[in-house]
Amino acid sequence: MNIGLLGQYVINGMMLGMMYALVAVGFSLFFGVLDVIQFSHGDVVTGGAFAGLAVYLGLRGVLHSSSLLLVLVLMGAVVAMALLGIAIARGLVLPLRSAPALNTLLLTLMAGTVLRESIRLFFPNGSQPQRFPPLLSERAIALGSLTLRVDNLLLLAAGATLIGGMHLFITRTRLGLAIRAVAQDEETARTSGIPFRKVVLLTFAIGSVLAAFAGVMNGLYYNEINFGMGLLLGVIGFSAAVLGGLGNIYGGILGGFLFAGLQTVGAVALPLASAYKDVFAFGVVILLMAWRPTGLIGERASERV
Amino acid sequence: MEPNRGFSNRLAALALVAIATAGAAALLWVESDRAILILLLGIAIVAFGAGRIGILASLMQKALQQRRTIGTGAFLGILLVGFVFREDHFSLFLIGRVLLITLACLGLHLEFGAAGVVNFASAAFFGVGGYTAAVLSARTGIPHLLVLVSGGCASALIGSLLLLPLLRTRGHYAALITIAFGLLFRTFVEVNDSLGGPQGLKLNGFKFLGLQFNDELAAGPIHASFYENYVLLASVLVAIAFVLVQRLESSWLGLALDAIRLDEVAAASFGFEVARWKILAFTLGNFLIGVAGALSAFMVGFLAPNNFTFPESLTLVSIVLLGGIGNAWGLAVAAFLVVLLPEKLQILQEYRYLLYAGLVILILRFRPAGLIPRPMRRYLGHSA
Repeated sequence: MNIGLLGQYVINGMMLGMMYALVAVGFSLFFGVLDVIQFSHGDVVTGGAFAGLAVYLGLRGVLHSSSLLLVLVLMGAVVAMALLGIAIARGLVLPLRSAPALNTLLLTLMAGTVLRESIRLFFPNGSQPQRFPPLLSERAIALGSLTLRVDNLLLLAAGATLIGGMHLFITRTRLGLAIRAVAQDEETARTSGIPFRKVVLLTFAIGSVLAAFAGVMNGLYYNEINFGMGLLLGVIGFSAAVLGGLGNIYGGILGGFLFAGLQTVGAVALPLASAYKDVFAFGVVILLMAWRPTGLIGERASERV
Repeated sequence: MEPNRGFSNRLAALALVAIATAGAAALLWVESDRAILILLLGIAIVAFGAGRIGILASLMQKALQQRRTIGTGAFLGILLVGFVFREDHFSLFLIGRVLLITLACLGLHLEFGAAGVVNFASAAFFGVGGYTAAVLSARTGIPHLLVLVSGGCASALIGSLLLLPLLRTRGHYAALITIAFGLLFRTFVEVNDSLGGPQGLKLNGFKFLGLQFNDELAAGPIHASFYENYVLLASVLVAIAFVLVQRLESSWLGLALDAIRLDEVAAASFGFEVARWKILAFTLGNFLIGVAGALSAFMVGFLAPNNFTFPESLTLVSIVLLGGIGNAWGLAVAAFLVVLLPEKLQILQEYRYLLYAGLVILILRFRPAGLIPRPMRRYLGHSA
């Protein structure tokens, strides 16, 4: 295998890993503050991509600068999904806190279905895959046999910046401190005067913003989005979060890249090749859960009775 | 119990069954969208009114004392409706489909409603049964009744591959495993060429004791559509499964399953073998789902990956939920409505997943016990 092809695989794996990590961090954040899994998170990713596309379709006649369009597309996706995340937390997750966990699970699964179906039914021609506009420069840099596309590098850099920013936000700001406090011990956090509801809503907004970004990134990278893409991203993002240990956002990042690496290696090494790549991915999810049900880093496992 | 009260209970049970049968027949009979809407509105108003004055509750309470009467009555009711619509292909097909979905949901009910083992891959297990039936009937000469059983066994067997991860996890993690399996199955049959790929597989009709199920049924002057065969077989299967599930639930096995569902840790500390009961429920449930899938494949005569998607699994879960988790009767009613309405009301067809998901959200938010809540366990004729 030559360097060029290898480089292509590495870039592809990194891109996948970045997307998975962004989704996984969302799952981990939600689990941290509320101990719930928000199963519609994958569809929030789709929602972000489609919100971005809608902004683009609405503005492309008016604006011609693609960088300005890109900023507006991102803002549209981010704002819409932040609001959606808050709505899901307020309307569905918080009211069911005292109900059995199964109900929250079903509720968020169904919320995901509502979101997915709404996109399919109400987005113009939504049941077909949609072309996502290439808003980044399509120039490529050639390094010997290796060609690097500028837009891919920009996406990777943006993703890394976002995750780095998340890290700074969680560790260096008062709000981040509040989120960590709630995640660690809700009651103590409440008695120290942390507004629990607000922190939860904020966390859901942040997680959904990351998902929106992952959605737009997915669109820019593949130049195509469809209403069902969130299902795969959600399942893999959740597995990545579990793999890294739920509630631990660094674990989520690690899990995301690990999973992407596994998938890329699988795609290269498996003789059956690309047709079975999703089968392989889901099989790996199941095997990993069988092997390490609570992740590589491990979740506190004891149970209070 | 005085004989008098027993009689009035039995009467209540029969009345309830008669009303349900009449309602079902009426829904099958009307054709235009408007007539169906008016009928549904009428049923809703009557049900709401009866619920308000308390007739419905007392009727149900009385009727539930006589489960055997309801069961026999419902079985006869299905046969009667099947007889009335004997020449109407479409109605019979719908009845058959309702019955098979009920059968699958009974399996799901064992897993989900009784033992609390989540399964979001029910459509995939349904598909495993169907594909097994297609392959076995096309490539071997195994009698078709055995093919149905093999469909169930294949489904149970593949389900048992998931048991290890499922037993080591619970709640969200277990849900993730079944979701991943459902998606895996769908992509697998889509890319696997020997299983027909995206185009799917065709099946020849069911044969049983020299009887060709795809031939018209004729007895003297009475002719019936070939779907009648499937309706009869499916109603027998549903009846068997129903008796099995009800017996199981009212036995100490059901008690063990209840204990595990309600609190695994407490159940384990009281000496219940959590793993054993979960395995039992999951395997038996998948067996029923697989049998339903196999017969459904014969009845439809065609299989494609698109019939076994994640939203289909969620639809089956919605049926179990709408009927009130853990209530087998409610489940049958919910299966009827969920299968029939989108077929009858063409406007609903496209929006059905959205509608079911929305309905389930509303129910979980505002009526978490389901439309018809789980009945209390009864001992020696007294409710606990």
